Amino acid sequence: MTDTAFVRREMEPTLPPPVRTTGIGAWLKANLFSTPGNALLTLVAAAFVAMIVPPLYNFLIADAVWSDPEGLRGEACRFEGVGACWIFIQARLNFFIYGFYPTEEIWRLNLMFLIGIVLIAPLLIPRAPFKRTAALLFFVVYPFVAFMLLAGGVFGLRPVRSGEWGGLTLTLIISLIGIIVSMPLGILLALGRQSKLPAIRSFCIAFIELWRAVPLITVLFMASVMFPLFMPQGVSTDTLMRAIIGICLFESAYMAEVVRGGLQAMPRGQYEAAGALGLSKPKTMGLIILPQALKHVIPGIVNTFIALFKDTSLVSIIGLFELLNTVRAAGSDPAWSSPTHAVTGYIFAGFLFWAFCFAMSRYSIYMEERLHTGHKR
Amino acid sequence: MTETAPAMPERPIDRSHMTVSKTDVAIEVIDMHKWFGDFHVLRDINLKVMRGERIVIAGPSGSGKSTLIRCINRLEEHQQGHIVVNGTELTSDLKRIDEVRREVGMVFQHFNLFPHLTILQNLTLAPIWVRGIPKAKAEETAMMYLERVKIPEQASKYPGQLSGGQQQRVAIARSLCMNPKVMLFDEPTSALDPEMIKEVLDVMVSLAEEGMTMICVTHEMGFARQVANRVIFMDQGQIIEQNEPEPFFSNPQHERTKLFLSQILH
Repeated sequence: MTDTAFVRREMEPTLPPPVRTTGIGAWLKANLFSTPGNALLTLVAAAFVAMIVPPLYNFLIADAVWSDPEGLRGEACRFEGVGACWIFIQARLNFFIYGFYPTEEIWRLNLMFLIGIVLIAPLLIPRAPFKRTAALLFFVVYPFVAFMLLAGGVFGLRPVRSGEWGGLTLTLIISLIGIIVSMPLGILLALGRQSKLPAIRSFCIAFIELWRAVPLITVLFMASVMFPLFMPQGVSTDTLMRAIIGICLFESAYMAEVVRGGLQAMPRGQYEAAGALGLSKPKTMGLIILPQALKHVIPGIVNTFIALFKDTSLVSIIGLFELLNTVRAAGSDPAWSSPTHAVTGYIFAGFLFWAFCFAMSRYSIYMEERLHTGHKR
Repeated sequence: MTETAPAMPERPIDRSHMTVSKTDVAIEVIDMHKWFGDFHVLRDINLKVMRGERIVIAGPSGSGKSTLIRCINRLEEHQQGHIVVNGTELTSDLKRIDEVRREVGMVFQHFNLFPHLTILQNLTLAPIWVRGIPKAKAEETAMMYLERVKIPEQASKYPGQLSGGQQQRVAIARSLCMNPKVMLFDEPTSALDPEMIKEVLDVMVSLAEEGMTMICVTHEMGFARQVANRVIFMDQGQIIEQNEPEPFFSNPQHERTKLFLSQILH
């Protein structure tokens, strides 16, 4: 009989690793120069970085104008070879954030932000106390309080027309309303699209397909230019309100399709198990199906939110001064003349957009991980 | 299926208190037909289940066994005939369907636990939201049933962290938390590894010993022999034979039954 299996009698001692699997040299070889192709790519990438970083550093930091000791304001960045004009941002920061809102009333916006942050924090932080109270206050009471502070006209607050709202404030107002309204509306449309009742189903399909097939710019033009033509004489509604309604309906059509994707991924067994326990259809949806379906499509939902946030910049074409439009307007201010202040403004606006979107993205990844219970081992 | 024999519980079953009511009807199916599109899946089904009775439905795959018990809690809709469960006839009236389902527990082949909820939440969801039982009371009941299926230590885990056999026992406990009058089992052990079949069958046997009215679709013939009052054999959407387990296995009447039994009992 021949031995076909080797049976170990004693434990093998731990051996040191073979040479050159640790240390910088080995790391470089494994990660950057493992094949001739990879080595070439590494060199190209290094050359690209070397090409792009120094000019970027010079523009943003070395040649940039950081302070204005002589009080030149608009003239401070007016010289050859100037880098980013940061004092422009500094000087016009209030305009970028609050738009044309009267300076002496800005405390109202700050108060509005403060209340908003205090109420929204418990909703975003898991395990925070007073969740239910905060949700109730945020979704039911806060909209009225915020509107009161914004528009004034009550409790002795000076009225401020919506035309004077602007800057980052307006961007946040539009996108927050858009997000809060389009989410439930999208869920309802998605459920309606799966309804067994033909009238509801056809309405939802028609709604979704109509709004999804129209560019947002068209929607905004229709809302601002064409809609008033259909209204009876003397009835006029606010441009901003019409734009917000347009954005909400537009985004809810997108949201509906994202949610529908999640609903379709739900196995039939979940409906059956819930039904077999005697749960009614609405309870099955609310307790079993939607929590799972929405969790599946968090990336899609946040994708839509991020798109919405950036799409708010389109309201500038109907004359609303959201963040990007205030930056553009400030850039063409004749009091400022320099080769770079306008560009610096756009960089600043771009950075703000990026910061908000990146925060949303990270938060969604955090939520995904927290809610991931399905196949956790 | 050779592994069915060892999966059978060894201890003898005490049948003394497994009383079957003579007058109290739990489920009655009368002249029932069902079609899937053009396919006549259930043909002229007549079945009366008395309270306390334990019925095993056997038959080749595609014979309509699962469809039949799914009709009993209206997961499938029948097109002709009548189904009366606990005195309530199943019609398209949604309210009545929920009423019937509250009193009829169902265990599925693939468990169908709710993966986003912990085991304890799986068990308390329906008592809280359907019966309106206070949370603390529902959790107490749930823990009692988890003890019964011998996995109380898993209460705060998620279904994805449990083995198949444990998940199926949780699914049985979840149904029991609703305190059902009837339990339906749709091939409860078919998706399990052979090692785990016994732990689930043990729970089912103890349930039978307590006098639960049960209808089981299963291929576990050892289980059928041990606890069933009646075995029903289905083929091509019809009940073609029914008998007590002993004569059913030792002396099947119908040719198809003989063939089926010779295939699964070696």
